[in-house]
Amino acid sequence: MPVISYIDAVTQALREEMQRDEKVFVLGEDVGVRGGVFRATDGLYKEFGAERVIDTPLTESAIAGVAIGASVYGMRPVAEMQFADFIMPAYNQIVSEAAKMRYRSNNDWHCPLVIRAPYGGGVHGALYHSQSVEKLFAGVPGLKIVMPSTPYDVKGLLKSAIRDEDPVLFFEHKRCYRLIKGEVPTEDYTVPIGKAEVKREGDDVTVISYGLSLHFALKAAEDLEKEGISVHVLDLRTIVPLDKEAILEATAKTGKVLIVHEDNLTGGFGGEVSAFITENAFFELDAPIRRLAGPDVPAMPYSPPLEKEFMLNPEKVKDAIRELAEF
Amino acid sequence: MQSLEQMDSPCLDQDGRLTAKGNSLWQSLSEDQKLSFYHWMAMVRHFDRRSVILQRQGRIGTYAPLEGQEAAQVGSALALSQEDWIFPSYREHGVAMVAGLPLTHILLYWMGRVEGNRTPKGVRVLPPYVPIATQLPQAMGASWAAKLKKEQSVAIAYFGDGATSEGDFHEALNFAGVFKLPAIFFCQNNGYAISVPFSRQSAVPTVAERAAAYGLKGIRVDGNDVLATYQATREAVRRARAGEGSTLIEAVTYRKGSHTTADDATRYREKEEVEEWVQKKDPLSRYERLLTAEGLLDEAERIAWEKHCREHIDQAVQEAEEMLAPPPTHLFDHVFADMPVTLHRQRNEWEGGNEQNG
Repeated sequence: MPVISYIDAVTQALREEMQRDEKVFVLGEDVGVRGGVFRATDGLYKEFGAERVIDTPLTESAIAGVAIGASVYGMRPVAEMQFADFIMPAYNQIVSEAAKMRYRSNNDWHCPLVIRAPYGGGVHGALYHSQSVEKLFAGVPGLKIVMPSTPYDVKGLLKSAIRDEDPVLFFEHKRCYRLIKGEVPTEDYTVPIGKAEVKREGDDVTVISYGLSLHFALKAAEDLEKEGISVHVLDLRTIVPLDKEAILEATAKTGKVLIVHEDNLTGGFGGEVSAFITENAFFELDAPIRRLAGPDVPAMPYSPPLEKEFMLNPEKVKDAIRELAEF
Repeated sequence: MQSLEQMDSPCLDQDGRLTAKGNSLWQSLSEDQKLSFYHWMAMVRHFDRRSVILQRQGRIGTYAPLEGQEAAQVGSALALSQEDWIFPSYREHGVAMVAGLPLTHILLYWMGRVEGNRTPKGVRVLPPYVPIATQLPQAMGASWAAKLKKEQSVAIAYFGDGATSEGDFHEALNFAGVFKLPAIFFCQNNGYAISVPFSRQSAVPTVAERAAAYGLKGIRVDGNDVLATYQATREAVRRARAGEGSTLIEAVTYRKGSHTTADDATRYREKEEVEEWVQKKDPLSRYERLLTAEGLLDEAERIAWEKHCREHIDQAVQEAEEMLAPPPTHLFDHVFADMPVTLHRQRNEWEGGNEQNG
């Protein structure tokens, strides 16, 4: 199997889906001639032309709104928000419209659309190119939220998202784009939305994570093995719908749970996972659930030492795992 | 006060007489078409009045009346074809009716039943948009889809004067202009966004003139002149289908009643202003006068049609009221195409099962 990068997996999925289904088209800022500011849509403009790879004005609300209108008409739009930070003007369209179209029309109309957005920090992106935004959408029924961590999952899940009959938010951690590489089959495959995956088996402590943080957890697990701590790592992959069976299984495996995400602690998705475990698997727990997350400050600082402070890393994850292991 | 300045020349004067422009349109219309303007406006008005009563009787929920805006809605809707896409706000039941949404469905919607938003096969009317102006960018999406599918359909977004202050108005018009989309922006400027007058929405006196900033064609018509709204929309449809781009139509009109049945318009509108619009500028009586003068409508025919409207509406009310109440679990239907396991559990719990939380 060829080894490709996380971002190449995005491009491959888009290209193959556009080849497979002429209803699929992409729209966003700089996605055409430039191939995207991260080059996620590289080559698509040349292959599919300006009508299926639309360089839009700077107009996030219309990017989402146009995707909704076109999807209602039977198309399969994939809209790109250049940075997740800039999704805010589109919030009304996504939350009030895309999420509710099927429900309020009693199943008459629906929105099979994907909104892709690079999120996350650690790339010196500063306040407005580093945010995690999943918590702003996770409590909105009607949306699916995918947050893959590996090239294999990116490609398989993006294909599933494009083929899905409902709106999917597809958040790509931008630090993963070129950092994370992995094997991806050349033949067509999909990864189901709503299924978590155990990325590492272990017996002492369970780490539940997604996105870039998942890789910190894997690195921490690898290092801690030498210290005699065996870590079980569950990659949620999609946070909505949430694979609750997998969470229960992973909890029961060790009885000690650490939830890790880069989004802020308060209101972050870890709180939901924690509440679910407490309500449904309290007697499986041998220690209080621990959350490791971004601090409750308004934004990722630009100052390199402060950015480093904000960001998670394998060391921080290791410390949290050790505490749990010793509990 | 609504200004009639900068208005495109009318087809009907205030007394219901054809102008030269109106006459040339009139000659091109069949008798059926001439009568259909009246038939629909009368139906819409009867439906509207009946709905207000139903709300007062507690038989439907809060209702948004449209009386006074029949010509803007019926004239524009009759200029559309079956393949065109309609993105309405919450006051466009007149448009929806003409486009083929059964009255029963419209009543169901106002009874709080989402089943009312289901459209018969082939009717391309989206459910009413309640967050203001969100339908405008979506209509651009339908226009883009038409382009990609190489279909001739046009998308029309209906909205009020208040919507012109929203960001989505700008984003949609700009998008339409840049890509020369086959779309129509139909603004019913009824002078007020709930209580706030148009002068608080805009420093320029008209909506139509904003079209220039986006490279669109803008036209301002007397929204109570059904022939003018029909002609303006027909021309906008022609332009869209011919690849000439979008048109912004401002139909100057007036809602005779309140914003909704939960509002009281006497708190913010002068009595004299209301009386002038109600008594002198009524779109339906204006058109009735024309038909009468042209020998197409006499008193007996008018009475017969009004009786037909009442019976038709009675039947719709009966059908809507006979609908069985939805089962409580309907609350959980149609969130996604397939119900996720977790939602399924919540639903079962609602039904009294012993499922675990979540």
